[in-house]
Amino acid sequence: MSEKISKETVSHVASLAKLELTDEQLPYFTDQLGSIMGIFDSLNDVDTSNVEPTFSVTDQINVMREDVADNWGQRDALLDNAPDVSDGLIRTPTIIDESGD
Amino acid sequence: MDYLGKDIFSIHESLVNGDITAEELTRQTIENAKKNDEDINAFVVFDEENAIKQAQEIDKAGIDPDNVLSGIPVAMKDNMLTKGVLTSAGSKMLSNFKPIIDGTAVAKMKEAGTINIGKTNMDEFAMGGSTETSFHGKTKNPWNLDKVPGGSSGGAAAAVAAGDVLVSLGSDTGGSIRQPASFNGIVGMKPTYGRVSRWGLIAFASSLDQIGPLTRTVKDNAVVLNAIAGKDEHDMTSSNKEVPDFTANIDKGVKGMKIALPKEYLGEGVDKDVQDAILAAADKYRELGATVEEVSLPNSKYGVAAYYIIAPSEASSNLQRFDGIRYGYRAQDAKNLEELYVKSRSQGFGDEVKRRIMVGTYSLSAGFFDAYFKKAAEVRTLIIDDFKNVFQDYDVILTPTAPTPAYSLKDEKDPITMYMNDILTIPVNMAGLPGMSVPAGFSDGLPIGMQLIGKPFDESTLYQAAYAFEQNTDFHKQDPKMGGAQ
Repeated sequence: MSEKISKETVSHVASLAKLELTDEQLPYFTDQLGSIMGIFDSLNDVDTSNVEPTFSVTDQINVMREDVADNWGQRDALLDNAPDVSDGLIRTPTIIDESGD
Repeated sequence: MDYLGKDIFSIHESLVNGDITAEELTRQTIENAKKNDEDINAFVVFDEENAIKQAQEIDKAGIDPDNVLSGIPVAMKDNMLTKGVLTSAGSKMLSNFKPIIDGTAVAKMKEAGTINIGKTNMDEFAMGGSTETSFHGKTKNPWNLDKVPGGSSGGAAAAVAAGDVLVSLGSDTGGSIRQPASFNGIVGMKPTYGRVSRWGLIAFASSLDQIGPLTRTVKDNAVVLNAIAGKDEHDMTSSNKEVPDFTANIDKGVKGMKIALPKEYLGEGVDKDVQDAILAAADKYRELGATVEEVSLPNSKYGVAAYYIIAPSEASSNLQRFDGIRYGYRAQDAKNLEELYVKSRSQGFGDEVKRRIMVGTYSLSAGFFDAYFKKAAEVRTLIIDDFKNVFQDYDVILTPTAPTPAYSLKDEKDPITMYMNDILTIPVNMAGLPGMSVPAGFSDGLPIGMQLIGKPFDESTLYQAAYAFEQNTDFHKQDPKMGGAQ
């Protein structure tokens, strides 16, 4: 756990998260992420061998409801938030890059 | 309208007596808030048109003499969905986003007759403790314009402290209601996880986020929680536990109450003035008939490390939805879909959000899940068990809210120092407990807050303890003189 995170790892993590880092940003974030990971080392001091993890503290379990369709009737208001709309549809660039690079 | 020295009950009386109409009150409120905002920048946007219209409707129907919230102007944090009104979560990513619905807490406040005058500034996606990471510029602390207002609900707290409004709603994932309340000398409540619906709150860390009120007085706070608490079919984690009237036992005092003072929360890193204020508060409680005894919460010190794995992990998942396609910021120069995602996210998110997304992505990635995310979740169990132990013998836990008063806006801040500032508030979110900050002192003219932590769904006892303290001290009666320290 205590090994410092490398530039290559940060670059990989950024790509998993759909983020790109410039050449200036990569060392900056690598350094910071290394320091942040450093504080996690203290958790190694804690014996959790017989401890169950807690992922949520809600007192609700398996909340059921009827499966009913609900038409909000706000198609136009929704589309007003879309960056690029054509004929009532949201437009995106091509999925496959056709520019050839 | 300047709300310094006032509360919901005094304004309600003026409205009922007809000294002022809801419309006049709303107009004057917005006028005063806009004037103050030239100094503090607490608001991202004002919603004058809807506010006036709503006030006119309330005047037409008549102020309900039995509903103290009828016609009271309020403000909403910018990560809470407001129908047709900008909701940006302090981010460039959502700087043009207008929701098609009101979130449940916003809707409930409207049903209760309050009038939302605008959206308050915050750290981007609620990730921060100083409101410095907002896309809309920094907010300043009304007590001293060179200081931060805290965060992430910094605008919400500054707006109440400056007398812009009597009530704002904030959200709290690791201290984001309580710490700004402390820095601004006001009352802030983070209710039990599940007490208030999160429907329509832009998600940061779903197992930790909770909405709550920031107010000038304890009783005002209880009145507002009455209005927003309860089961909501849109949020499956909202609790169906009965919602009591939080004002019912508020004046019952603390005689015989058992208050715990955890020694770890008064240790190294906590300012001397802050320590002294909390020890003085403990003495005040003893004087009022409570028992105050030292206890230990040994695993709380691991809270920051565990939190900065869990919260970023949940955030990295929650923030995947921002892809530039259906709403929000879209990069202009993308050649294909993949590039559109990457460029929109890289240009739309600020550095702190990117840091946390990357930490979270790393913690959840193959090969690291057990060492990071699972380990943090196990430590979370130990933190919860510590609280359970103490609450077997005590009614309330008393601690400082933050290790220091508000710090400078100018200092260069590194992430680690910022994260460590949350050390006293984070364990409460990890355990899902109710926690509130109450004015408890001053240091060089800057407010100090004390934190009261309660058993799950026992906000009533917190309000009771907080009210007893407030009624026997005068910290809440002091007001900022805008523009400089006292």
